[in-house]
Amino acid sequence: MLSGNEAAAEGAIRAGCRFYAGYPITPQNELIAYMADQLPLRGGVFVQAESELAAISMIHGASAAGVRCMTSSGSPGISLKQEGISYLAGSELPAVIVNVARGGPGLGNIEASQGDYFQTTRGGGHGDYRCLSLAPSSAQEMADFTYLAFDLADKYRNPVVILGDALVGQMMEPVSFDHLVTPHQLPEKPWALTGAGGRERNIIRSLYLAKGRLEEHNVKLQQKYAGLARAEVRCEQVGCEDADILLVAYGTCARIASEVVARPPDNVGGRIGLLRPITLWPFPYAELRAAAENVRGILTVEMSAGQLVEDVRLAVEGRRPVHLLSRMGGGIPSAGEIAGKLASIFG
Amino acid sequence: MEETDVQTGKALYSRPKCLLDVPTHYCAGCGHGTVHRLIAEIIDELGIRDQTIGVAPVGCAVVAYDYIDIDWTEAAHGRPPAVATGLKRVRPDRIVFTYQGDGDLASIGMAETIHAANRGENITVVFINNAVYGMTQGQMAPTTLIGQITSTTPRGRSPENDGNPIKVCELLSPLERVRLLARVTLTSPSRVREAKRMLKKAFTYQIEGIGFSLVEVLSPCPTYWRMKPVECAAFIEETMVKTFPLGVIKDAGAELSAGREAGE
Repeated sequence: MLSGNEAAAEGAIRAGCRFYAGYPITPQNELIAYMADQLPLRGGVFVQAESELAAISMIHGASAAGVRCMTSSGSPGISLKQEGISYLAGSELPAVIVNVARGGPGLGNIEASQGDYFQTTRGGGHGDYRCLSLAPSSAQEMADFTYLAFDLADKYRNPVVILGDALVGQMMEPVSFDHLVTPHQLPEKPWALTGAGGRERNIIRSLYLAKGRLEEHNVKLQQKYAGLARAEVRCEQVGCEDADILLVAYGTCARIASEVVARPPDNVGGRIGLLRPITLWPFPYAELRAAAENVRGILTVEMSAGQLVEDVRLAVEGRRPVHLLSRMGGGIPSAGEIAGKLASIFG
Repeated sequence: MEETDVQTGKALYSRPKCLLDVPTHYCAGCGHGTVHRLIAEIIDELGIRDQTIGVAPVGCAVVAYDYIDIDWTEAAHGRPPAVATGLKRVRPDRIVFTYQGDGDLASIGMAETIHAANRGENITVVFINNAVYGMTQGQMAPTTLIGQITSTTPRGRSPENDGNPIKVCELLSPLERVRLLARVTLTSPSRVREAKRMLKKAFTYQIEGIGFSLVEVLSPCPTYWRMKPVECAAFIEETMVKTFPLGVIKDAGAELSAGREAGE
């Protein structure tokens, strides 16, 4: 039995993460403690940074040196990391960032929330960029997705965000690591800073002052994101083939919504399916559009004020009615609450 | 750029191998070019070109990588010591240095500076103190002198409103794992030689694994001091050194170095 936070840390180490820098914040403290304990014993380096700004910049350095590296935090700390994430994206440096999200805005509280959806999926910091993001809904997926995130980060030379929440991070569950085998050989990184012996020197940069050069760089980044968006969409569909009503939810909310699909309420006319985005960016627009083709309507369930629902509306482009069940500030929708909402709309 | 001794034909002065043969963007009379050259000379002399990684700041020297031919990364404003920490911790056999101005190092990056120093990161910090933000049109820096006129202190820096200039070397000196702190300047050939001696010591300490070194260079900014280069030199020698005295503020490396040689 492990918490999701510890599972993410173990998944990272198994993926070959050899540098971690972080700063304490609830609800991700089990992760930083696990790294502090385990990483030095397993050939890695752990640094408790003086701030989130420093932590993400240490990741910038370790990544520039070609080493798999990770940082983690919870919502307010992730806001601080946005500076560094923008630089990582602009400099095309791979890194994994775990956000064990909590309520906001401001200091908010330390309960589970999905209020960081926009920040995660729209870039977060300044400038035109995207982070690939994965949304686990269990401790097992905290391990699996974090492990996967390192491959994706290296493949695209881009930061990857794991968007969990206080529930997924702190809940204790059985977790298996047998399938998460540490790779013998990691991808070559000829761009890494190792000292320019026997090769052309490398420069890691996001500054392009010469007229037109930044736009060229922007175009190149956007082409990369477009390719990534075609290749890396992940979602889970439960009972969507013949559904009359579609639930859309991710992370904790998807787990609760799946109970409603498994035990559908009697007072809702029609079969209920669930589409669960696993990658929040790239969002499964085409998959959702296809799944929604023949449904009466869609209910989006989220622990935020109406953030995920915007992507749902973008996917169906007004072809189907889209409804919202929103909880905020640590409120968690129950299966009964979802069933009640379905009955009120579709009953 | 090579001068030879008329009698022996021996090169007296030539471009360091790792200093790229390009014009710099720096203003006439600026100190960055001189310090870049000193670093390039030191890298050549120590034979560490193939192991050295530089971390460039945000500020006038952001494109230092256009001039010194080694591996480089940029860093967000003020974060070079944190970036250097990440680099050095995963590549402890490489030589990692940061090159930072006063705004970068002592204002927005003060936390990163103090904590990298306190951890005793085995890195070299080159700190260019010209008492002004040069890249953004001459605003007050944390090291701007009392009474100094800048675009954000149009009536001169006042302690009541703006605080006093921060003496970085003196501030870092009590931290136990800080090994070398020196303040130098570039106002004469002998001053430049002393600057090089301290910078070389800082790089040597890193090679020897002694730990954190910072060399502060009092450097002229003719453009935003609104002075001619020779006036800048006089200003540094007559005025600036009163706030920022030259010399070695701390050198705990000599003992460590000797201790190691004696096998302690």
